Amino acid sequence: MSSAMTSGLLLHPALILIVGALLLPLLRGMARNIAVLMIPLLALAALWLLPEGRLWQVQWLDYQLTPLAVDKLSRLFATIFALMAFGGGLFALRQESRLEIPAAYLYAGSAIGVALAGDLITVFLFWEFMAVGSTLVLWSAGTPLAWAASRRYVGVHLAGGVILFAGIAGHIAQTGDVTFTAMQTDSIAHWLILAGFLINAGAPPFSAWLPDAYPEASWSGMVFLSAFTTKTAVYVLLRGFPGAEILIWIGIFMIFYGIVYALLENDMRRILAYSIVNQVGFMITGIGIGTEMALNGAAAHAFTHIIYKALLLMSAGAVLAATGRRKCSELGGLFHSMPLTAICGIIGALAISSFPLTSGFISKSMVTQAAIDGHLQMIWLFLAAASAGVFLHAGIKFPWFVFFQKDSGLRPADPPASMRWGMILFAFLCIALGVWPEPLYAMLPYAVDYVPYTAAHVITQLQLLLFSGLAFFVMLDYLKRTPTITLDFDWLYRVAGPALFGGLTAIWRTLQAGMTQRLDTGLASLGDTLRRQRRPDGLLLRSWPTGGMALWVMILLLAYLAFYYLG
Amino acid sequence: MKHEHWLDDPGNVKKLWRGFIVVLALTVIAGFFVDLHPHFEIESWFGFYAGYGFLTCLLMIIGAKALGLLLKRPDSHYAEDGRDE
Repeated sequence: MSSAMTSGLLLHPALILIVGALLLPLLRGMARNIAVLMIPLLALAALWLLPEGRLWQVQWLDYQLTPLAVDKLSRLFATIFALMAFGGGLFALRQESRLEIPAAYLYAGSAIGVALAGDLITVFLFWEFMAVGSTLVLWSAGTPLAWAASRRYVGVHLAGGVILFAGIAGHIAQTGDVTFTAMQTDSIAHWLILAGFLINAGAPPFSAWLPDAYPEASWSGMVFLSAFTTKTAVYVLLRGFPGAEILIWIGIFMIFYGIVYALLENDMRRILAYSIVNQVGFMITGIGIGTEMALNGAAAHAFTHIIYKALLLMSAGAVLAATGRRKCSELGGLFHSMPLTAICGIIGALAISSFPLTSGFISKSMVTQAAIDGHLQMIWLFLAAASAGVFLHAGIKFPWFVFFQKDSGLRPADPPASMRWGMILFAFLCIALGVWPEPLYAMLPYAVDYVPYTAAHVITQLQLLLFSGLAFFVMLDYLKRTPTITLDFDWLYRVAGPALFGGLTAIWRTLQAGMTQRLDTGLASLGDTLRRQRRPDGLLLRSWPTGGMALWVMILLLAYLAFYYLG
Repeated sequence: MKHEHWLDDPGNVKKLWRGFIVVLALTVIAGFFVDLHPHFEIESWFGFYAGYGFLTCLLMIIGAKALGLLLKRPDSHYAEDGRDE
């Protein structure tokens, strides 16, 4: 490593967050609070001081690693990850667990590390660090349910990591090149890499890890968790597999999976977790379409989504922290005493639904526009229906059941200042980006030739959304919450897998017992026989007559003669 | 009768409903006055987005209900036999 690179070592934004995370536990009181807020800002500043290009090159074994590479796409994602760490850190300042923020910063730093990695080996390293950081965030909730969920969570992600590693190893064996660039789905190695990426994106059949694990985190933990893993997956898919057609259909499946499961869900944070899968579905569909407009749309949507999803989860987190309740059937009427939380939640809900003047409107519509430009009518119809469905399952359902519907009689106050300011900041960003999209458009990987605010677009979007709202209230009786969950693919590894394993173990035990018994009797009788034959008159100890010996010598000689003639 | 909040008054909720229906009508009527730049044939149908948004949402709710009949379980499903602990 040259000296220039060493001097630049501390300016890697990911390392700022990771080193900061390791130092945070040493600090107390005000110094710690200041550090929590300053570390992400420092990372952000360091990021924006970096020029574009492949900045660090390191020779490791036979490979040319590039742990720091910057272009517009990586800067966009690293920016939103750092911003998210700041907003989440602010919101979580009063979190009692001293583990959570350091774990979250390790997690956020690793996500930035993936975004700034120029080679697949560095991607993999930070990818695994993310799994560690996010599991620690889950643990810091400290409940038995969170512990159980974290074990399933880490299982899925380590399995995903193994698949990704196998793919990367295959890719390197085939090409000898570790550079992280666009790949085709043309070899087993590349399919494995794609599968490893997709598992983290919450794609089918492994979508269930997300609504299973995230809602078990603390009131602030899920705010962090919602942002990094799935959006890092979107980033690597954007860079690695733009235009891979299968992604269109995977994305559309995720969109409708998210809507349907969220409609059936009772837990407010699980509703929002399903809607992460739904929103990532829009991004993955965009990546599959693969035009510049679509890729810009997917990237922009990831950016805006992180903000409004975090806002929604802050609002839900404030409710959880104040009431200790997560189930819609036990909530309601909270707007009376938590007006700020309700308003911020509604702003997040409008943004996720892509209402005009919110950030969702200026980002998601680019994906839809790309479907129109490509004359993909079927896909466009799916996306339009899905836009209406987002309003249905998240846009109205979340605020309605938490803050309105029946009066639960609960009157908790709005949360403390740090949580309020976290929500206000992100609510402001949701509206600011919606009103003034140009700065975001300027950061997108390709030049943007798109005007979101046309009369036609605003009117058609309002028709779609408002009539979706009408459908919600017309069908309200069918949407009444019941204290139920909905079975998912995770049933296979939570119930069927263990049951199968238990069954097989029982069969094996029976077989083993049977075999052991038989072997025991067999060995015992063999021992008896041996003992019997070792008596003076037994086969092994009795003396043999000389005639027998002569007979055997004769047989041997005859055999020799026979072989001699035959040979 | 005094209400805790103006939204608690059923009269006001009724007014909100009326306002909502007026806005719904306005968005559809606006289609007459603004060129909606249809890209696909079906987009040029009158009130397409309104009808499509409403109908697809009905379908999604019914679809979810149907799936729920098969897959819904009490929320203690995974906890009751201690599988998680």
